[in-house]
Amino acid sequence: MASIKDQFEIPGTLKTWSYALIGIGGVALLYGMFTKGFSADEHEQVHFWGTLMYNTIFWTLVCNAAMFFLCFSTMAMAAWMQSFRRIAEAISTLVPVFGFITFAVLMYVVIGHKHHIYHWLDAEAVAKDPILKGKAGFLNPTFFIIWTTLAITLWSYFGYRMRQISREADVAPMDAATAHKFNIRSMWRAGFFLVWFGLTVASTIPWLWLMSIDAHWYSTMYSWYTFASTFVAGMALIALWIIYMKNKGYMELTNSEHLHDVAKFMFAFSIFWTYLWFSQYMLIWYANIPEETIYFKHRVQGPYKPIFFLNLIINFLAPLLILMKRSAKRNFTLVAFMAVLILFGHWIDFYQMVMGSLMKEHVELGWLDFGILGFFVGLMILLVARSLASKPLIAKHHPFLKESIIHQV
Amino acid sequence: MAQKKFVVGCFDEEAVLFPAVKQVRAAGYKIKDVYTPFPVHGLDHALGMRETSIHTAGFIYGITGTTTAISAISWIFTKDWPLNIGGKPHFALPAWIPIIFELTVLFAAVGMVLTFLYLCQLAPGVKKHHFHKRATDDLFVMVIECTEKTNADDLKALLSANGAVETDVQVAEEEWWFGTYDKEELAGQVSM
Repeated sequence: MASIKDQFEIPGTLKTWSYALIGIGGVALLYGMFTKGFSADEHEQVHFWGTLMYNTIFWTLVCNAAMFFLCFSTMAMAAWMQSFRRIAEAISTLVPVFGFITFAVLMYVVIGHKHHIYHWLDAEAVAKDPILKGKAGFLNPTFFIIWTTLAITLWSYFGYRMRQISREADVAPMDAATAHKFNIRSMWRAGFFLVWFGLTVASTIPWLWLMSIDAHWYSTMYSWYTFASTFVAGMALIALWIIYMKNKGYMELTNSEHLHDVAKFMFAFSIFWTYLWFSQYMLIWYANIPEETIYFKHRVQGPYKPIFFLNLIINFLAPLLILMKRSAKRNFTLVAFMAVLILFGHWIDFYQMVMGSLMKEHVELGWLDFGILGFFVGLMILLVARSLASKPLIAKHHPFLKESIIHQV
Repeated sequence: MAQKKFVVGCFDEEAVLFPAVKQVRAAGYKIKDVYTPFPVHGLDHALGMRETSIHTAGFIYGITGTTTAISAISWIFTKDWPLNIGGKPHFALPAWIPIIFELTVLFAAVGMVLTFLYLCQLAPGVKKHHFHKRATDDLFVMVIECTEKTNADDLKALLSANGAVETDVQVAEEEWWFGTYDKEELAGQVSM
């Protein structure tokens, strides 16, 4: 094991690219903030804050999905991911950072009383509206602020605890009794994260943050749909980092066997996403109740039609047909391409989920969206690389590491 | 009916089996198959078997199912017997997706099972030769196909040298072989 390169040194090109992305994106963000975000025109305000919202929520949930992956693998006593667990850990260190941005944006929207984004913030309208009145126990600023604070803090905290226990595996070899204790303790910590994840990402948080934009509308599939979207994007992000690190000559213990399983997750959860997409769509289409179909009106028949179908092609047809073959899942170039495509596809999915409700009349996908996307991508690249460089790339003495090294599909 | 001659070597342990497979292949013999009591990881690679094509067959069966479903349902609901169901259009694609999906799965699953049975030469009434009865219990049984040039005694010696606990020469049917198992043979199996 002495020959393993377990100290990542950040290459200069990575720094250049990420600083460039942050710079260009930051300029677009600030320019958008002052010309649109703080302008007197409500339409412009909604455009800017909506764009910032879907970007920051998307990246927070995607990075959180990396920790979710680690936790359920730990719970299942899975060994195969041990050889690249530090990559998933590094991605999950972004949850506090992106979570803070999300928190700031949401607080600005809620406390700043932007009722054109969240209609339920308008107390007068709620008082006159029996549907919103019925939801007021859940959709009110106090609950929103408390629950958002709790969600982001506890994701960060439980994630931090998981990363801490992983560092213990760097120190010294474990005998059987220590290893057993280590596993049980890891599983407890993973359990806390998973329960909280279920109460937030898989249920309440997408209702609060995203679904409540359409204050009257609701769908029981919505949270699972959001979860599936971010989870498959999270797996794509992990795959991308594995491939990048392999290309730079690190991660010797991770090979096409591991990539095969990561790509299987990308394939399977693309189909899972489609399953939820369809379950939501078909029930609404079949029942044909106006208060439900309103959600799809401007998406299927309105200006969002091209994006709506592009979404299905990128996130369902492409992964289904391209990632189906075994040889495709073991091909680094193809998996890298598909990972970028899936990340972009689910970003577009978030775009239509948020902007499709905020700006129903016309699609304004443009410099602002791509600028803010660039800002988040740059920040993600820089911070993940820094986190990777700050600790050994392999948890050397993890009890399951050997099983991961000889992993075979 | 093509009878062929096989040399059979039996091994007690996986750890002995793997080097033996390597040695036998290096000596230029063609291993027909290794019968194991449980799936052994990496044995297919060690034997140099080619990747199975059954998934390609599965894809083709699946596509056939999709096509069958789409064409049948669309013909029935738009041409043959159009019905007004809840005011929906006759060509109501979202409502058909579950059925299209089910038929895809059904065709792929049944097709692949039948293909698998065909490739393994399994069917009702087909008799299979058992090279060693303990192959289903606790023995790893390596079967090597003999050509005219094969010297069975040399091969048996090679197997023994590589840790085979038992070796013998058997003549068995390679092709589809319809027949019944005789009573003694079955009785012998049970008593083992």
